[in-house]
Amino acid sequence: MQEMIISELSQALHQLARGFAHFLPRLIVMLILTFLGWVIAYVVKVVLRSILSLIKFDKLSEKAGASQLLTKAALPSATEMLSRFVFWVVWLGFILLGVSVLGIPGLQEQVARFFLFLPRLFVAMFIMFFGLLAAGFFSRAALLAAVNANVPSPQVLSLAVRSIIIVFVLSIVFEELGLAEQTMLVAFGIVFGALMLGLAIAFGMGGRDLAQRFLEKRFVRGKKEENEDELSPL
Amino acid sequence: MKLAEESFLTDDFLRQLINVGEVDILVGLPTHNNAKTIGSIVHAIQSDILRCFPRERAVIINADGGSRDGTPELVTGASIDDVRPASNPYALRTLHSISTRYATSPSSGVALRTILAAAELLRAKACVVMSPESANIESEWLSKLLRPIHRDGFDLVTPTYGRHKFEGLLITNLLYPMVRALYGVRIREAYSLEFGFSGRLGSQFLGQNVWNDGADGAGVELRFTLAAITGGYRICQSFLGDKDHIERRGADLVPALRQTVGTLFSAVEADFPVWSSVAGSQPVPTTGADQKVLLEPVRVNRKRLREMFSTGVAELDSVFQSILSPSTLAELRRIARLEEAEFHYPAELWVRTVYEFAASYRKSVISRDHIIQALAPLFRGRVFTFVTENRNASADDVENNVEGLCLEFEQLKPYLLQIWKSRE
Repeated sequence: MQEMIISELSQALHQLARGFAHFLPRLIVMLILTFLGWVIAYVVKVVLRSILSLIKFDKLSEKAGASQLLTKAALPSATEMLSRFVFWVVWLGFILLGVSVLGIPGLQEQVARFFLFLPRLFVAMFIMFFGLLAAGFFSRAALLAAVNANVPSPQVLSLAVRSIIIVFVLSIVFEELGLAEQTMLVAFGIVFGALMLGLAIAFGMGGRDLAQRFLEKRFVRGKKEENEDELSPL
Repeated sequence: MKLAEESFLTDDFLRQLINVGEVDILVGLPTHNNAKTIGSIVHAIQSDILRCFPRERAVIINADGGSRDGTPELVTGASIDDVRPASNPYALRTLHSISTRYATSPSSGVALRTILAAAELLRAKACVVMSPESANIESEWLSKLLRPIHRDGFDLVTPTYGRHKFEGLLITNLLYPMVRALYGVRIREAYSLEFGFSGRLGSQFLGQNVWNDGADGAGVELRFTLAAITGGYRICQSFLGDKDHIERRGADLVPALRQTVGTLFSAVEADFPVWSSVAGSQPVPTTGADQKVLLEPVRVNRKRLREMFSTGVAELDSVFQSILSPSTLAELRRIARLEEAEFHYPAELWVRTVYEFAASYRKSVISRDHIIQALAPLFRGRVFTFVTENRNASADDVENNVEGLCLEFEQLKPYLLQIWKSRE
């Protein structure tokens, strides 16, 4: 009886040792991949940070209005944020590659999904950045047009244009990421209607003078100048 | 005849030019729906050519931007017999009038390019561009712009006008002082729709690579003047008379800023090697009065000017933070809070504002068109101060004030050079 127990125990220990002997090289490979990934990710981060500083990415981000959002959220600069993000994506990629080497069933599928998701993530980021850039440009255009046309509450109009564009961009970003697609579909319908209204207002503001002159020429003959007390600049 | 621009000009227009042959004088008339005024302008031109240049070969070139009111027909159909003086024995030459439609919508750049190309093809020695909007053109205007080129060998003749003291404030408060300070030449009307030029200046400008970088549109007349200055051509001014253009309003401020200030800022960027080494300014030879200031009382809505300035400073604060230095912006915020009676936008602050806008335009800190638009409310503030200061001023006082502003622009030029190089 005792011999049987010892035999079973030694067999189990042997199996464990054999399993561990099989697993150990994989674990070492995973650790090597993780370390190598960290080094590569760090190098990528440093290089990317230098390139972004060289092309004055922070200025571009400032123009897009992204820097203001980051400052309000007490986050680092856009260059630092993007560098860190890329660092984590690269390192995480290597970690997951290492995990897949371990051969744990189920995990490999998740790793494959992560790598398939990466291109969509980058496209979403691209859309987000240029969306913010467009929002900054059009909201400023609306603000300047409203101020020069002496329209009341120009900031509100500018904010409305900015918000509509950002919401629109966010809906596209979520769609791209495949998150809450149904909700986004409904939201898109609502936002699209709101966006059209915003554009109509913005177009009306921008082309006000042109439309006014056109209508005056067409329908009002000999209309007295309302701005007769204004001075000719040229 | 040289057919250098055959790809740009239409075949029909080229055929008309070939029929005309070489000319001595070319009069360019860029038009767009100017049927109301064009008849009297063409008659004034014809009359002046017959009277002052009866032995010269002359042509009127109408570059039309898609008129729908029969303007080109009025130009080509105007008979010279209506203006030919019966006693003039020297009116021997045929005066041609030809018209071409360069596009279906107006563009002063394309119109001028068409006129310059025609002048080069016809080897015109002296050319004049006349504004189709001049409501009070006199028959001597043409000869006043042509004679210095034809007789005295000048290359560019810019006009001076009799103006009301509050008319053309963008010119007196920005364009004239800044061109004078930067380029060192005291040209009163660097941006004018009426000017004379020599064939060689026209050909030189036509050959410049400016037609594809924004000069195709409005403001090309200013670029033409600046090209003459930087090219070292002989320039003079000629007093024409009182200026009275139709359809000019204060509401057109932003387009006017784009045409003039936008063009100037853009040219200043390209001409940096020229103007950075210029110090002081020199007068240009002038025929007739240098400037005539009219003083009739006019109604000016000063309250609206100040309100739009204050609103602009408050609402566009985030935009100004990108353009102006902290000290200039702080000073603008301070004066924006002042009551109407105390409000004063000093010349020194105005000059700093303009120079900082020019430097920011060069750096493209935000969209360049947005920078130009942002200047509009500040200009209104400056107009308020100018109107207040000169409300009861005599012609001499107004002239002295403008001169003082010009000197301020000249004195602060080192500041522009400093921020031009250093601002990020």
